[in-house]
Amino acid sequence: MKAKKINVSSRDKIFYFINDLFLLIALIVVLYPIIYIISSSFSSPNAVSTGKVVLFPVDFSLEGYKAVFQHDGILTGYANTIFYTLAGTSVNLIMTVLAAYPLSRKDLKGRKVITFLFTFTMIFSGGLIPSYLLNSNLSLINTRWVMFLPTAINIFNFTIAKNFFENNVPEELYEASQLDGCNYFRFITGVVLPLSKSILAVLALYYAVVHWNSYFEAFLYLTDESKFPLQIFLREILILNSTENMDPSALAARQGLADLLKYSLIVVSSVPLMVVYPFVAKHFNKGALTGAVKG
Amino acid sequence: MINKTKTLPLKRVKEPFKKNFKRNYQLYILLLLPVAWLLLFKYGPMYGLLIAFKDYEISKGILGSDWVGFANFDKFFHNYMFGKVIRNTLTVSFYQLIASFPFPIILALALNSTRKKKFGKTVQTLTYMPYFISVVVLCSIVIQFLSPRMGIINEMIRFFGGTPKDFMADPNMFPHIYVWSGIWQSCGWGTIVYLAALSGVDESLHEAAMIDGATRFQRVRYIDFRCILPTASIMLILNAGQIMNIGFEKAFLLQNQLNKDTSEIISTFTYNVGFATAVTDFSMATAIGLFNSVINLILILTVNKISKKLSDTSLF
Repeated sequence: MKAKKINVSSRDKIFYFINDLFLLIALIVVLYPIIYIISSSFSSPNAVSTGKVVLFPVDFSLEGYKAVFQHDGILTGYANTIFYTLAGTSVNLIMTVLAAYPLSRKDLKGRKVITFLFTFTMIFSGGLIPSYLLNSNLSLINTRWVMFLPTAINIFNFTIAKNFFENNVPEELYEASQLDGCNYFRFITGVVLPLSKSILAVLALYYAVVHWNSYFEAFLYLTDESKFPLQIFLREILILNSTENMDPSALAARQGLADLLKYSLIVVSSVPLMVVYPFVAKHFNKGALTGAVKG
Repeated sequence: MINKTKTLPLKRVKEPFKKNFKRNYQLYILLLLPVAWLLLFKYGPMYGLLIAFKDYEISKGILGSDWVGFANFDKFFHNYMFGKVIRNTLTVSFYQLIASFPFPIILALALNSTRKKKFGKTVQTLTYMPYFISVVVLCSIVIQFLSPRMGIINEMIRFFGGTPKDFMADPNMFPHIYVWSGIWQSCGWGTIVYLAALSGVDESLHEAAMIDGATRFQRVRYIDFRCILPTASIMLILNAGQIMNIGFEKAFLLQNQLNKDTSEIISTFTYNVGFATAVTDFSMATAIGLFNSVINLILILTVNKISKKLSDTSLF
């Protein structure tokens, strides 16, 4: 409401006060666990294991982060996850555009049938064991390929992209560029993609988040520790409490350091997405919504 | 994903396929790779569903194994876990459906009503954040916070003079932990669709209401809320189509020997039958998966039909 001149009645003042108070409480509820984790990660092992941390770091220390970066598994996992995320997201974007652009063209024969074949798999799939058997027959098990080939296109994202192209890339544009002697390949790289920056940014974020956080594929298909992504190591350390690779100096400090390591690890593993997200956030209104809601 | 049902399509002049193909052949070339991928990775596994009706042996392969009809389904229906996994799945999903539904709506209305635009934007951006946390990290946060030894929740209980409790070991707590951690993670993200709907509210409605002396609260109640009601009902209906489709990861990661009574759901049970028992049974695990997929399919189609009838909006 841009009605600055209109006097706000006292009842409305109470409403605005309660409304903002509610937002503040919601913010605290959502943020408190995150702040608690960050503060704990900068505290001393002793302060963490005796539960002294409430809001701010107690006995500021970087021990936790030191332990994280000395852990071989974590570094391997981090490197692997970066690789899977970059390679996987690139494959995702290329494949999604290759599928979505042609199927967005209303004059393409067979478009309805092929689109149906894509969307049908969103509501019915072979399931866990048949997928496992297929990947096993294709000799994909315990290879890096299994981390991004079977998930090359997300059908939901494909639909968003297709709707976006339908609504934002007029067919007349192609006809015009054809007159200039432009073929489809050049048309897509030179005209369609630059027009679709916002949706590409949003899709890249969606895909990257999935790869960064992906756990199940690796858990099911990978057996070599050297290929494990970060999430597998995270589960071992955070949930199964295995800290055997650590090198704690004293027995008493061991538990404290193990507790502290968990908090630092949570921060280290989650920071990249939190940093990238605000840069993509501005595209959400433009990209995600025009793609999702077809007028 | 929400498609309005099409109004009259424009009639195109029929074009011979040959001419159309000549003009569009490059598009078909572009489609080759994605369609090959689709057939291999999405339709390939459907062929493997055959083993739900067979006694699968690795040495004999999918085709070579013996047909057994519906014996694998029978085995599942008579398994002592059958009733339990169905009940657990439905408990968690219905609880989640009902409990998590109102929060994004209330938050979106509040975000839309605040006069402090900067503050609103900050709250909006910050409440999205938990959505980016991985399931593994979310589950570990839950376990850490609820830990009876050093968890913050038990520290608070101790502070107020109560006795600490091992929440993760209590089967009765599992649905609560599952659902409320989910609300914490995705409430902020869930506001996106409602904020989009609210941005489409006609300003003149508000102006007219203000002239009539409506308070801000009345305007939220009778204008904003009414305007997002269709979106809300669609979201509810679509979510209802997913009630048998609770994902594997979170339940599996929060599961332990002590809470298994309520945490074993269809997807974790399928995994356990297929991979994690002494005598793994691929055929029965496939049968369970197929049973679940068929129910999902029926649910989604039904829900889609209802939504189409009520509001002209559908998924397909």
